[in-house]
Amino acid sequence: MTSPDTPTKTISDFEAKLEQADTTVAQFDRDDKTAIAIARGFMRDNPTLIPALVLVVSVLAFGAIAQNFLKASTLSLVLQQVTVTGFVALAQTVVILTAGIDLSVGEMLLFSSLVMGNLAVNNGLPTGIAIAIGIAVGTAMGALNGVLVAKMKLPPFIVTLGTLSIYRALKLAYSHSESIRNVDIEQKAPSLLFFGNNFKMLGATVTFGMIMLLIAAAIMWYVLNRTAWGRHVHALGDDPDAAMLSGIAVDRTLISVYTMAGLICGFSAWVAVGRVKSISPIGFETINLDSITAVVIGGTSLFGGRGSIVGSVLGAIIVGVFITGLSLARVDSYWQTFATGCLVIIAVALDQYLRRASK
Amino acid sequence: MTHPDVTPVIKARGLMKRYGTVVAMNGADFDLYPGEILGVIGDNGAGKSTLIKALSGAVTPDHGTMELEGKEVHFRRPDDARALGIETVYQNLAMSPALSIADNMFLGREWRKPGFLGSVLRMTDRTRMNEFARAKLSELGLMTIQNIDQAVETLSGGQRKGVAVARAAAFGSKVVILDEPTAALGVKESRRVLDLIKDVRNRGIPIILISHNMPHVFEICDRVHVHRLGRRLCVIDPKQHSMSDAVAYMTGAKLPDDLNEAA
Repeated sequence: MTSPDTPTKTISDFEAKLEQADTTVAQFDRDDKTAIAIARGFMRDNPTLIPALVLVVSVLAFGAIAQNFLKASTLSLVLQQVTVTGFVALAQTVVILTAGIDLSVGEMLLFSSLVMGNLAVNNGLPTGIAIAIGIAVGTAMGALNGVLVAKMKLPPFIVTLGTLSIYRALKLAYSHSESIRNVDIEQKAPSLLFFGNNFKMLGATVTFGMIMLLIAAAIMWYVLNRTAWGRHVHALGDDPDAAMLSGIAVDRTLISVYTMAGLICGFSAWVAVGRVKSISPIGFETINLDSITAVVIGGTSLFGGRGSIVGSVLGAIIVGVFITGLSLARVDSYWQTFATGCLVIIAVALDQYLRRASK
Repeated sequence: MTHPDVTPVIKARGLMKRYGTVVAMNGADFDLYPGEILGVIGDNGAGKSTLIKALSGAVTPDHGTMELEGKEVHFRRPDDARALGIETVYQNLAMSPALSIADNMFLGREWRKPGFLGSVLRMTDRTRMNEFARAKLSELGLMTIQNIDQAVETLSGGQRKGVAVARAAAFGSKVVILDEPTAALGVKESRRVLDLIKDVRNRGIPIILISHNMPHVFEICDRVHVHRLGRRLCVIDPKQHSMSDAVAYMTGAKLPDDLNEAA
């Protein structure tokens, strides 16, 4: 055997030329001197900066247009309005990070809240147990989504479009389309309203639900950024084949992602009861799309792998600011919806623009 | 170049794999000996990829046996092979472009912090992983990469290959498998990767190199396994055969005199 460093055959002629080659690593002219390029690079490295900037600008803009907007009471109202959307957006973010989508989040939330309400108010179960069962039901619905996506290899859009109808039908059948009134909840299961409790601070009304949203977002940030599972979720959305070859249990991770979404929706159900004070099988009609809107405005890519929890919460708040701001400025409600639509398109266009810069 | 008394690091016999009516492996045998670089060549569709995937756990053969250092093994997932010290650098590299270099090196085997933080809160030990990744990259002379936290998508093709090879070398305690490591690389970058491969071999880890690039194969391989029609046709010594012989064998233009030469 020859020594490992002497080639067994002569180096090909074209490679022999390498001896004389320039030894610097390949270099390209860079255009990172212009202000726009620097700003673009900075925003790419700090993806939550854009929603944060949009939020600040829109708050200031509406403050200038609508005179009552820049008040602690108005701003806290905005936060109250977006608490539930923010929660559901947390669930949606995890799913979208895997390049999936969950259209059944709203139904999981409603079903869970009806289970909690019915068991606690109508069946007389201790409220704590009713809540636990409600959350468990949400988790189970999420797990079913996950199994269908991971094991049956069906596109997430199709799976959750199907379960959206299935969960809605089951929900109406279970509840006989009946609501649970506020007085009944207050009498028999007041802890269902726990997250509706509030205290005043500097003229603002702070609900327990808002604080819980911050805690939940912090937990989800930690899980996605500081645990192996979170890294796997990103890798899975980025390139599922590469993730599989890297030794990630793709199916198990996918199932856990959808189960996690169900769990968060189940928990949001409790927060939602505190927010609206009663339980109706037909509330939160727009929350599916609202949650996706919040995630997209928050800078998470629908193609998976990139995004942030903080962005999604900011995204939910931005939508709330627009809705409240426009209504205080006495703009008709259909123009509010119009503005939300524009926001989504601008957000995605910006995402694409930044992405191109990275290639 | 024969190894009558040495236990092969990997020994496979009679591997079969069918995809519907297509037979990708038809009784393939395979031997890898300690400390060598074994080239695997074969025409397109000869079943090289399937063979390699069977060795790395990405494909489970229908029939046949595999032994790692004399012990029979069965791989159902890439993880099974990795757990036993077989690391693979796939042609498409199997990396997540949006994740950092360190994240990619540790994907699927993250280290956790000691104590409560790691065991209960499952916190990954980023400091230790970054240090290790940096050390491994510098060992292979790859520290032109400035920042271990930078996303893999910001690296050039050669740098990405380098990271993938470093990952395999860092964790592949028994075998490193390289699938077309110089494909789509420039002349200079190819040279760099070939040097990397020799570095890894010099540390005593045997390497399986799949490549279409005959000059590269003949330059660095100790033996060359010629794959044809789903099985091993022969194993040749690159010092006693020319590249045109090898091409003739793998395309069926010529039959080797002795099928078991150097095997």
